[in-house]
Amino acid sequence: MNIHEYQAKELFDRFQVPSPKGKVASSPEEAAAAAKEFAGAKLVIKAQVHAGGRGKGHFKNGFKGGVHLIESPEQAAEFAGKMLNETLVTVQTGEEGRLVRKVMIAEAVDITHEYYLAILMDRATCAPIIVASTAGGMSIEDVAHDTPEKIFRQVVHPLLGLQAYEIRKISAELGLSGDIAKQFGKLLSNLYKLFVQCDCSMLEINPLVTTPDGRVLALDAKFGFDDNALYRHPDIVAMRDKEEEDPREVAASEYDLNYIGLDGNIACLVNGAGLAMATMDIIKHYGGEPANFLDVGGGASKEQVTAAFKIILGDPNVKGILINIFGGIMDCNVIAEGVIAAAKETGLPIPLVVRLEGNNVEMGKATLAASGLDIVAADTMADGAQKIVKAVG
Amino acid sequence: MAILIDENTKVLVQGITGSFGARHAQLSLEYGTKLVAGVTPGKGGQKFENVVPIFDTVSQAVNETGATASAIFVPPPFAADAILEAMDAGVKLIVCITEGIPVMDMMRVKQALKGSKSRLVGPNCPGLVTPGRGEKSHGGCRIGIAPGYIHKRGNVGVVSRSGTLTYEAVFQLTQMGYGQSTCVGIGGDPINGTSHLDVLEMFNNDPETEAIIMIGEIGGTAEVEAARWAKANCKKPIAGFIAGATAPPGRRMGHAGAIVGGEEDTAQAKKKILAECGIQVAETPSEMAAALMIAWGK
Repeated sequence: MNIHEYQAKELFDRFQVPSPKGKVASSPEEAAAAAKEFAGAKLVIKAQVHAGGRGKGHFKNGFKGGVHLIESPEQAAEFAGKMLNETLVTVQTGEEGRLVRKVMIAEAVDITHEYYLAILMDRATCAPIIVASTAGGMSIEDVAHDTPEKIFRQVVHPLLGLQAYEIRKISAELGLSGDIAKQFGKLLSNLYKLFVQCDCSMLEINPLVTTPDGRVLALDAKFGFDDNALYRHPDIVAMRDKEEEDPREVAASEYDLNYIGLDGNIACLVNGAGLAMATMDIIKHYGGEPANFLDVGGGASKEQVTAAFKIILGDPNVKGILINIFGGIMDCNVIAEGVIAAAKETGLPIPLVVRLEGNNVEMGKATLAASGLDIVAADTMADGAQKIVKAVG
Repeated sequence: MAILIDENTKVLVQGITGSFGARHAQLSLEYGTKLVAGVTPGKGGQKFENVVPIFDTVSQAVNETGATASAIFVPPPFAADAILEAMDAGVKLIVCITEGIPVMDMMRVKQALKGSKSRLVGPNCPGLVTPGRGEKSHGGCRIGIAPGYIHKRGNVGVVSRSGTLTYEAVFQLTQMGYGQSTCVGIGGDPINGTSHLDVLEMFNNDPETEAIIMIGEIGGTAEVEAARWAKANCKKPIAGFIAGATAPPGRRMGHAGAIVGGEEDTAQAKKKILAECGIQVAETPSEMAAALMIAWGK
């Protein structure tokens, strides 16, 4: 789950992590009012979409750039009018672009130095790890590759939490001193609280900046939340913006299906995440391209299978479907009946290969064969993958 | 022999009256597993299927029945507490089936387990099976949700993150006439109790296990660590498979832990290291047992 920049600012404000002044606006009037409120500061207006590359993007109405300096409340209103309810295209949105429904009026800060600061859940140590670098403002992967000595890591004890000496160590590694070090310590301490209390999986500030007027600010942030913990954070769930997500994935999540859209043309429907990944792999192995990852779970119902079918068929790229079910406990015949019901409801305009194995498999295969539908049966995963690749051509 | 569990292991189920727990407790009973107790707070004194006594707490269940292994089926918000309760009661093997436990909870549980007498397998795992010697492997010990009947008692150890891929491997082995010593599903979460390496070490020390299938996936470096350990220490032939070669980076592929984070945790990188460590890597998931036959010289 991703959140907008203005929502990240809300979380920072709540946990007293200093960031540039800013306010979200849904209309030109609100944008002007926000600009008036911050009068005296240098201000920018920023289109609120999840995709990056906003500054260099363009709107479909011809207006250039999703981020602009603004000189006055009047100009804030004017630019807001050109951005709101218009579609912004950036390198990350694809040609269809994203509808901008909110803009943020924010203070444009002068920068003395840029740093990198992140907290992640580290698998190797099963603990939070703080990653810091003096090389801020650029991709941390590039820094790790080119100048690994500029990256400092500190593992935090899961039960003890962040200690004062750990903050001092990181601060020293970044070469901070005096009041700046003091402000940084407070910021990091509050950031750690945010990380733990909001069940984050990742919290990345890039860049963290110092300013000529002596402030330490989180300029840009990326949040990752642990999906498993969202049940205890209704406030964060409320930040979800479904308009920003792949509509196929939104539809799938409503039926508790694990779906991820890809670019290929062979759709697959599988029970179990490992088997679903392996099914994509074997399609590719035999020369096909998977159109999606789709795990219907261990106890898929007829409704879920039907919903899955509709999502798959809604993808115009899909030219064939491979169903791969290892029904260990589930009755294969129940699955077969689900597939037939779904295919009858949605129609079956493209080739369908079904590989069933497991509990009551003979009956399941017989049910499929007797359905009158044009379903190709397969005995093994390899057989199924070869058959669907051939059918799609 | 086998590892961790055998025909005589006494098993209790935490969350035995929930629909998921009840269904699989029933299947374990039918498989012939020594299911001696259930735990559901507030339902102590009742009986499951008229035979298995239910207790309010794990320590009561352990004291009364001598159970040494527990299968946890409680919902995610209460699962961490259930693991800690089993640990407190001195349960030696805690198998957590529950999917969807917050990572922060597991991080704390993992710390608490250090220095305890308990081993945790999972969470978000299919559990373990040591097949029995009866028809369709009846009479074995089944803890969790795996289909018992696809197994056959024999000499191949199977370890995997994924449930359905484990079943796939077991099914291939059984069809080819090769049985299993023990099959261990370690789970698909980023923080788990037992690693691939832990299980390889146990298989290496188990006289009944003659060959091993190790199934992994994208995300983390557990398979790589296991492979490097095996290269230096394991005397038995190993075949491997890594799922997720076609997974896009940065996306969570169903399992919470199945996510490509960097260059080192891709399927391609892992397969390469496995092969370098002398593991016979299956090209496709259809060939897991076939790859083992090559490694094993059968």
